[in-house]
This record gives sequence, structure tokens and C-alpha cells, in this order.
Amino acid sequence: MPTVATKSPATLTGSFTPEAFAAHLARVAHLPAWWLDRKRAAYARFAALPFPKRTDEGWRFASLGGLTLDGFAPPATVDFKQTAHREIGVTGAGTLLLANHKLVFHEPISPGLAARGLIFDTLQNALLQHSELVRAHLLTQPSKLGSEKFAALHEAFLEDGAFIYVPKNLEVELPLGVFHYAAGAGAAVFPHTLIVADDHAKVTIADFFRSSHEAEVQFACGGNDIHVGHGANVTYVAMQDWSRESLSFQFNATVVRRDARVLSVNLHSGARQARHESFSQLQAPGAHSEMLALTIAHGTQEFDQRTLQIHQAPNTSSNLLYKNALLDQTRTIFSGLIVVDPDAQKTDAYQSNRNLMLSSDAEANSLPGLEIQANDVRCSHGATSARIDAEQEFYLQSRGIAKPQADELLVFGFFEEVLSQIQNQELHDQLAAIIRRKFKDN
Amino acid sequence: MKPPTELSGTTVDNPVIGIDQSKGDFQYDVKYEFDAGTGLSERTIDYISAAKKEAAWIKEFRLNALKVFQSKPMPTHWATKDLENINFDKIRYYLASGQKPKRSWDEVPEDIKRTFERLGIPEQERKFLAGVEAQFDSEAAYSNIKDLVAKQGVIFCNSTEALREHPEIFRKWFGKVIPTGDNKFSALNSAVFSGGSFIYVPPGVKVAHPLQAYFRINAENFGQFERTLIIVDEGAEVTYMEGCTAPKFSTATLHSAVVELVALKGAKIQYITVQNWANNVFNLVTKRGLAHEEAEIKWIDCNIGSRLTMKYPGVILKGRKARGEVLSIALANDGQHQDTGAKMVHAADETTSNIIAKSISVGQGRSTYRGLVHIPRHLKGCKNNTECDALLINTNSRTDTYPAITVRGDLNATQHEASVSKINEEMIFYMQQRGLTEAQAMSLAVNGFINDLARQFPMEYSVELKRLIDLEMEGSVG
Repeated sequence: MPTVATKSPATLTGSFTPEAFAAHLARVAHLPAWWLDRKRAAYARFAALPFPKRTDEGWRFASLGGLTLDGFAPPATVDFKQTAHREIGVTGAGTLLLANHKLVFHEPISPGLAARGLIFDTLQNALLQHSELVRAHLLTQPSKLGSEKFAALHEAFLEDGAFIYVPKNLEVELPLGVFHYAAGAGAAVFPHTLIVADDHAKVTIADFFRSSHEAEVQFACGGNDIHVGHGANVTYVAMQDWSRESLSFQFNATVVRRDARVLSVNLHSGARQARHESFSQLQAPGAHSEMLALTIAHGTQEFDQRTLQIHQAPNTSSNLLYKNALLDQTRTIFSGLIVVDPDAQKTDAYQSNRNLMLSSDAEANSLPGLEIQANDVRCSHGATSARIDAEQEFYLQSRGIAKPQADELLVFGFFEEVLSQIQNQELHDQLAAIIRRKFKDN
Repeated sequence: MKPPTELSGTTVDNPVIGIDQSKGDFQYDVKYEFDAGTGLSERTIDYISAAKKEAAWIKEFRLNALKVFQSKPMPTHWATKDLENINFDKIRYYLASGQKPKRSWDEVPEDIKRTFERLGIPEQERKFLAGVEAQFDSEAAYSNIKDLVAKQGVIFCNSTEALREHPEIFRKWFGKVIPTGDNKFSALNSAVFSGGSFIYVPPGVKVAHPLQAYFRINAENFGQFERTLIIVDEGAEVTYMEGCTAPKFSTATLHSAVVELVALKGAKIQYITVQNWANNVFNLVTKRGLAHEEAEIKWIDCNIGSRLTMKYPGVILKGRKARGEVLSIALANDGQHQDTGAKMVHAADETTSNIIAKSISVGQGRSTYRGLVHIPRHLKGCKNNTECDALLINTNSRTDTYPAITVRGDLNATQHEASVSKINEEMIFYMQQRGLTEAQAMSLAVNGFINDLARQFPMEYSVELKRLIDLEMEGSVG
């Protein structure tokens, strides 16, 4: 077996050669110098860092064979009318649609909200108009979960994305929708959504990731930053539905301040191999983070989810629930860690991974971890992997419901606990539609 | 960074107040007739092999293991960096008093008897525990239950004797459950092992009395590398107990054992350990059992002493309906890291396993649970239950939990639960109201926390365990 670590420097970058990076820099040369400097530094890190090795704890159980970066290229500008966008359907406070990094559709926020200071724009516009605000929040948190190399690649090649700033005390009732499309075979995309909610602000963001065609081989290396100010309330719903031939990385960093609350729901449906890293920091008393995820795995898909919840202050709480439904020959990996810092007394943290095994060839790996350095805490975790309850199975069979329909019903029953957390009915239906389509396509 | 408690006021040399260190804190002059010096090379192995008059295949086995040991890196990509503090060149790898194992109490040398005195085994109990196999440094010094069980056809001897006298029985399984290359420390043990117990129980024989062995380390910088292999034939049963105390030294010392259990069809093995090494010992042990059809292997593992313990008793469930169980208690005080856990590898249908781990962290002690449950493809009816509970006594005590669970297919089920808590204040208040001191109350609460596991220990072990917890808790409050 060839070890990736010993590859020559050239192959450490795959398609993302210094020439490709220079071409990228030329495309974004009009952006602020600090950002270009950071991109150069990120590219240097990316090019120097080795590929993950078998012995890396952060990659335990993951398939390393499919992590190749060869054969990708910056995507061509697409005529958006060619792409399938039939299901863009959140009637929200605003919509941004980026296809291959280019803004192709924009439903602006109401003048009223804009007058009150809400910013909902592309990342490039924000970099030009709100440089310091972006600088203070964009990719400021370290990558700690094993993908330093790919996170650096994301920063280096990040071309455009979405920026949301909710000023103090502003409550945005309807969701803001961000759509990231990838189109064309071999397309490499680097979507990013940056959310900054100032003190006592409230907002809901829906982040969609989709390919124009199911069979295209693509590379998606995306990220999102969520900054939740004192007393603010952020709901973030991400729907990863890349083509079934793509390799996907998603990096999340969430910072939660005093008495703030964040609810994040991640639906993982697409990609051949998808890795999601989520890093939550509870920085001040009263902070609460709700981390929910649903994975629906078909065929030979592999979903690798790594999470870290750090409680840095007393009286913080977090609740993580990751539910995976495994069909066919799929693999899932859940590796979570709750860290309670020495002085974070009265922490209340929970972490749970539930795997519903719907096939005799599926494989679920669970690594629920705890690192606790304070004694007056409530911390627990649970992990289960099993098929459905025999009685439920009998009930379905005795009514003559065929296996595919039964599986679909069971998955929806299994996911309901998470789906019901999404208050907005339209968003709820969007998620359900993605899950349902998965069963139809298979 | 130390918490501002009385703990920090005590001497640096002995941060673990409360524990009766003096109990194991002794060192008598012993004439080491065979002393391989310090450091590890092929010459060390030549020396050990010659001293033991070993067969050529064993020497070959050792030399091969040495190469594996030298080629393997330290597992610090997942384990604590504290391992880097082991200086392999300063360790003595072999010592033996050169005596033949003794047959009766009268034949045991006076200085060794004194050692037992200090271990605190009462005169009465010594007679009762007629089968104590006391490992004095590398070699077994005393054994007499042997004769008793020999009547049932049981073979109970040390590794050297077993491989010399009964190769037809032991060679088949030796190094098979834990291959040399399993990990760096199993390779080290395979290179320099001496002492330990080899046991064979014939088919259908149920050994009524638990077989016992005490291990100690009694020379500065002297690593002890005992090797144990227990083979229980079809339908037979045995319980083995291992307890250790060690003298306290100023420089670190290393203990690295390999314990292999083989339970043939329908056999039952229960292996009980109470580990109480001094606080400067690295205790890096590989323990694994192989359970054939309908066999049952149960590890009861209690870790109180040592500077760093890394030990994850495991069971390979090889035959249909085999059962594995690990019950683990760990207590970590200042300067200690108990990195313990369990491994369950399901390799046949309808195999079941259960892991219950409880840990207590006192002062700045750190306890870690590390577990592995593996259910490969195309099996059915496999079940695992894992429960880990951690109790944190002081504000900055530390605990970690790192399980790894792999399940393939939809015909198996696993569940894992872990919780972290502190002692219930109401409970302490209730007891203090009734006239108990805080330390007594804490001690009762901690004993309550592990009670359901402690009950599974044999009487004398659970009594000793309770006493040790009392002593540990005295230093933890105030």
C-alpha cells in the first residue's frame, strides 16, 4: 500500500499547484491585501502539510484512498439557466445563489431590514465594503479536528461565498437562504458562509449545497463560521446534497458568547465520501449549543463526522445528537469529543450518536469521547448501533409493506426527533424532500 | 497548576497523602546470582536464555521479539507523552535469585518471608492462602497449591518450567493470543519475559480454590516482565488472582506483562487483578483472552497504584455463543494516570460482551477509559453493552473517555453509555449530620459508587480495596 506521506512535494498539492493558486490570486486581486496575504500563508500551509496517515487519530476508521486531489480544476463560469434549480423554495427574508462561486441570483433583503443594518451579501462584496468586520470573523478559529491541510486549501482557494451580519437587537424572522451550486465535471468549489450575529440578534440561515448533475465528479471544500454574540440566537440549517461522485469537506467553527444560543442542523445526503468537522466553543456563562445532524447513506457512500465541543466557561451547556441511517454498503464514522476546561464548572454537556442499521453490509463506527477537567459537571454520552425494534419490523411486515418503503418510513421515524427541531415549516419540508428523493433515486 | 487545597501543602516527594505507601516501601538486600545488567541488546537475551537453560526455539522467539520491539515506535500518537520518560537503557531486564521454586513454607528463605510480612498477609491467611505463588522478582519463589491441584491434573508453574517441562501443552498457544508484534510493549515482554504463571486445566476439571500469585518489583530500575498463559480445556473452570504491591523508588521503573488466556469449548476463566504498584511504576500490560464456543472469559481489573497504567484487557470471541466480560475499577490520585479499558472483538455469531468501567479521580489524578468494540461483517446476534462511569472528587480532577465502536450489518446491537459526576453533596451532608467526618462520608460514597463491582471480587480483595479507598479519601478532603 503506498503511503501518501512519502509522496513528492508536487503530489502533495494534486491539481492545486502553485500555478493554479497564482491564477486564483489573479482572479481575486481586487480584494483587500490582508486577505490575499492570508491566502498566501494558507496555500503555503496546504502545500507543506502531508496527507492524513493511517495512524492519525483524527482519521481513525476513515478511508484514505479516496482523498485524491488530482483531476480537479477551478470551475468554468456557468450559464445558470443550464443548472437545475427547480427546488429553490425557501420564501425567506433574502436569497443568494452562487453557481461555481459566481452570484447568479439575488433576492435582496427588504429595504426595512437593510435600513436597520442587516447585511446579506456575497463575501467578495463584504470584503470590499466591510473589510474589518469580515477580517475579525472569517476563518479565525483554528482547525483542530484533523483536516488542517484541507482547511488551508479551503482558505487558499476560497473565491466567494455569503456574508451575513445581523446587528445588535435585530430579530430577522424569516430565514435567509444561501445556495451553493457546483456545475461541470471536475469542478472544484470552495463555498463559504460567514455568519456574525451581534448581541441579542436573532436569525435563521439555510445553507444549501448541490451539484448540477448527479454523475459529475467534483470536489467541494467548504466552510462556515458562526459567531453568536451575547444573548443572540442563531439557527443554522445546512443541507449537503453534492453529486454522488464528489469528494466533500465541510468545516464548521461556532463561537458562542454569554447567554447566547445556537442550533445547528446538518443534513448529509450527497457525495461519494464526505467529511464534516464541527468545532463549537462555549466561551461565556449561559452559552448553549445544540448540534444536530442527520445522515442518510446509500450505495457505497462514506460519511465521516468529527465534532469538538469545548466548554471554556462555567455554566455552559451543549447537546449533540447525530443520527445516521445506513443502507446498502455504506460506512459512517462519528468521532466526537466534549472537552470541559479546568474552570468550567456547572457544565452540562451531552453527546449522542445513534446508528440505524438497515443493511447487513453497512458499517457504523462510533468514537464518542470525553475530556473532563472540572468536577461539578454533568457530562454524558451514549452511542448505539442496531437495527429497528423487532416489534416495529413485525408491524410493517405484517401489513405487507415492502422493504424499500419500510426503510423510508423507518428512516423518517428515526429522524423525526431532529426534523421536528426545525421550526420553519418550509425548511423542514426542504430537508424531508432531500431525504425522500434519496429513496426515489436509489 | 495545583488547586489551593491541603494537597499542595504536603511534600513534593510523596504527593499521595493518605495512601499507606510504607506498606510496599521496602527493599532488602538480595543476592542476585543472575543479573543481566542494565540496557537491552542481543547480549541481554543470550544471558537470559543461558540463565534459564532455554530451548533454542524460545531464544529464537526472544531475538525476533527484540527486533520487533526496536522497530516499533512509541504509540504516542494516541497515548500519553509520559511514555517518552521511560529510559530503556537504564532498566535491568533480568534478575533471578537462582533458586528453585520452593515447595513448602519452611523452605522459603527468611528474608522472603519478611517480605511477605510487610505485604501484610496475616499468619492465618497465609496458611489459608496455601496456593500463593509469590513471584520474587523474576522467578516464582514459593508455591504449594501446585501439589493440591496437581492431583486433578492441573499444571501450575512458572514460564521457564512450563516451556521446559510441558512444551507439548504450552507451545501451541504461547504467543498466539497476543502475538509478539501486537504492540511495542508486548514485543518487549516477548524478548525478555521471565516469571509469571503457566496453567493448564484438563477437560471438565473445576478448580475449587482460586489460584493466586503476588508480584512485586524489588530492585531499583528493574523492570518486571512476567508472562502468563492459562489454558483451560473443554468444560473446565478456573479463577486466577493476581495482586501486586511494589517498593517505592526514586527513579521510574517499568512493569510490562503479557497475559494470555485460552478458554476452549465451554470453559470458564475468571482473572482477577488488584494492581497497587508504587507511584513511580510504569505499568504497561497486554492482557487478552481467546474464548472458543460457549466459553466465558471474565476480567476483573482493579488499578489503584502506579504512575501510569495502560491496560485494556480484551477478549476475542472466537466461537459461537462465547461470552466476554470486563469489570474495571480505577483510582487515580495526584501524579497518577490510570489509562485503562477493555477490548471486545466479536468473531462469531451470537457472541455477547459486557464492559462495566468505573473510575475515580482524586486530586489531580487522571483516569482514562479507552475501549474497543468490534463486530465485523456477516455476523449475527452479537451484542455488546458498555457502561463507563467516572467520579471526580476534587475541582480539577480529570477524566477522559475514548471508546471506539464498530458495528457491521443489521443483525447485531451495541450500546454504550458514559457519565461523569461528582459526589452528591446532599449525601455527604446527610452522613455528616449523623456524625461521620467528611472523609468518612466521602469514603462511604466512593465505596458505594463501586460497590456493585467490588462485590464481585473475592472477600479478601474487596476488603483490601475498601481499606485502600478509605486511605485515599482521607487525603482528598479538607
